[in-house]
Amino acid sequence: MKKSVFFGALTVAGLAAGAAAAGTLDDVKARGKLNCGVTTGLVGFAAPDANGKWEGFDVGVCRAVAAAVLGDATAVEFVPTTGKTRFTALASGEIDMLARNTTWTFSRDVDLKFTFVGVNYYDGQGFMVPKELGVSSAKELDGATVCIQTGTTTELNLADFFRANNISYEPVPIETNAEGQQQYLAGACDTYTTDASGLAATRATFENPGDHVLLPEIISKEPLGPLVRHGDNEWGDVVRWTLNALITAEELGVTSTNIAEMSAAPGSNPEINRLLGTEGNLGEMLGLSADWAKNAIMAGGNYGELFEQNIGESTSIGLARGLNAQWTEGGLIYSPPFR
Amino acid sequence: MTTITDPPKESFRLSQLIYDTRYRSLTFQAIAALVLALSIWYLGNNLIQNLRAAGLNISFDFLGDTANYDISQRLIEYDSQSSHARAAIVGVLNTLLVAVLACITATIFGVIAGVLRLSNNWLVRKLMAVYVEIFRNIPVLIWIIIIFTIMTAVLPGPRAFRGDDATSSMVLGSFAFTNRGIYIPAPIWGPGSMVVVATFIASIVGVFAYRRYTTNLLYATGRLLPVLWPSIAMLLLPTLLVFVILGKPIGLDFPELKGFNFQGGIKIGGPLIALWFALSIYTGAFIAENVRAGIQAVSKGQTEAASALGLRPGRVMNLVILPQALRVIIPPLISQYLNITKNSSLAIAVGYADITATLGGITLNQTGRAIECVLLLMLFYLTISLLISAFMNVYNSSIKLKER
Repeated sequence: MKKSVFFGALTVAGLAAGAAAAGTLDDVKARGKLNCGVTTGLVGFAAPDANGKWEGFDVGVCRAVAAAVLGDATAVEFVPTTGKTRFTALASGEIDMLARNTTWTFSRDVDLKFTFVGVNYYDGQGFMVPKELGVSSAKELDGATVCIQTGTTTELNLADFFRANNISYEPVPIETNAEGQQQYLAGACDTYTTDASGLAATRATFENPGDHVLLPEIISKEPLGPLVRHGDNEWGDVVRWTLNALITAEELGVTSTNIAEMSAAPGSNPEINRLLGTEGNLGEMLGLSADWAKNAIMAGGNYGELFEQNIGESTSIGLARGLNAQWTEGGLIYSPPFR
Repeated sequence: MTTITDPPKESFRLSQLIYDTRYRSLTFQAIAALVLALSIWYLGNNLIQNLRAAGLNISFDFLGDTANYDISQRLIEYDSQSSHARAAIVGVLNTLLVAVLACITATIFGVIAGVLRLSNNWLVRKLMAVYVEIFRNIPVLIWIIIIFTIMTAVLPGPRAFRGDDATSSMVLGSFAFTNRGIYIPAPIWGPGSMVVVATFIASIVGVFAYRRYTTNLLYATGRLLPVLWPSIAMLLLPTLLVFVILGKPIGLDFPELKGFNFQGGIKIGGPLIALWFALSIYTGAFIAENVRAGIQAVSKGQTEAASALGLRPGRVMNLVILPQALRVIIPPLISQYLNITKNSSLAIAVGYADITATLGGITLNQTGRAIECVLLLMLFYLTISLLISAFMNVYNSSIKLKER
């Protein structure tokens, strides 16, 4: 009985919401809005602009899913989550999907009961140091104070890296990227470590980005991707194939500029026709309208366009495609066929 | 003609449960208890159902698994290969450390501010009023963040201490104030150092014995021996003597700038300082009010009577006012100590590795065992709070008014 009191209190606190987990697709349709978990603010990936409108690479995925399901790319409620609150938010049903530079790992997939629907950015953990420190390799960081976002895989990689190289460090646990930036710039830590893309994005917001360098070592594999709850496969399929549609669109040369023309009538490429719903009934199989993929691509462009607009070389963040190029161009971005 | 009829036979009817005042309260209590039990059963059942639906179970096995993360502030040996249970213990000790430190300093701040609030000096009185009103009316989380931010922004980084044209230097050559924390010299215990420590402890015992002797002498004969100077002499002289005779067995390990950070000495981390100081000044403001109320609760006649007997103001405070005021001060002081302990969980805001940050933060997040971790956290805080209450209640009953 005493146990039940605790359990009861906890139930009220959060898990009661989990009961509504089944049928997320129907829930989203009924609500008319997609609840999408994003970071609390990482320029390029997910951050509100001057007018409070969320923008970024991860935000683009959220908007594409909303466009595919609801036909409206703006029907998204962005829920900022920290490294620590993101999984609880998803498990409890507060958000329908999480697109928050989250690394796909075994234990998150298997033990925490989430389904990663794919990878939208192949990343790795790096270190940023002030140039004046004169450090050229992460192995020279013996005794350094390291700012690290708590509750992330990077926290574990960091411990592993320093142990493997038999050097010591002092962790300064921080909650959000903004806090890390502040601590790092104040000199409270010698180096800031997180995913290399995040470091580049953070550095882009500095007053003098040139005073800081990213060290050459990439100490881990960080495949970042959107994820949903385990056990709701229909919803998982919707998010997975929306992401794949964006990737396939780039591969097939479907862009936000030519999509209106391409989707007007069936063209000569059957795969494009199936993707855009002018042929076959893929949308119906997903429980969506026939033009679901068209809407998703029109929301922010195909994968390559999203990349270029938000984090590509023309932006202040300046990330090269690298591993994130299409498989046809030597990268890892690869979508199963639409058939 | 009157007929005396027997009073109607008491027969119990169901309606009596509601209309009869003798049973009504029992009825309603039974209904309330039933509703409570049912709702608890419903909530508990709901939780178990949901956990089962999500394929999760309650298990504490994760505590034995390797933690895989590092903690910079630790009182016991710990590395990333230790278990989650050990990380939790590191957190418990850190919580207790900051709670004990903050309780001590908050009491000191509070007593000083509380007494000074009753000062006859207008400026001192008003200054203390400003302190109390400002600090207790702004949330402690804000204070923690303000102090931490000021520390990191104002104090120099270790890099500022480097080079020939260093912009910062160590105070007295042995204390380094950096934005990562304060580095102080650490004692090195050489051979024979235990003798010095033993002498010091013996001196403390000696001082207490001497004070008791003077009190007894005062009560028995009315003769007053000097207390302060002999106490200080007894405390320091024998220890110093032994220290010199044994050839200075205790040395000092000075912090030194090596690589990225100061090495050697003792580091008091920035988060600990911010949390400790913020909790102290915040709770100190509340304690100041308790102390003021306690002193004002002692009737003015007591002061006047004591003065009429020829006691000096210091003695009036120590011998007459404070012992009586303590009876009023202690019970609210208990709840202030509990507040400090519970508020220490705000450590998470500045990255101090207390139990909420280790077990309830990183461990919870890396293992995903939210329910288990939160249960353990609740159990810990409950136990600690009840223990503090119990100890303080024992102290309270020892000083409360003895009615004979």
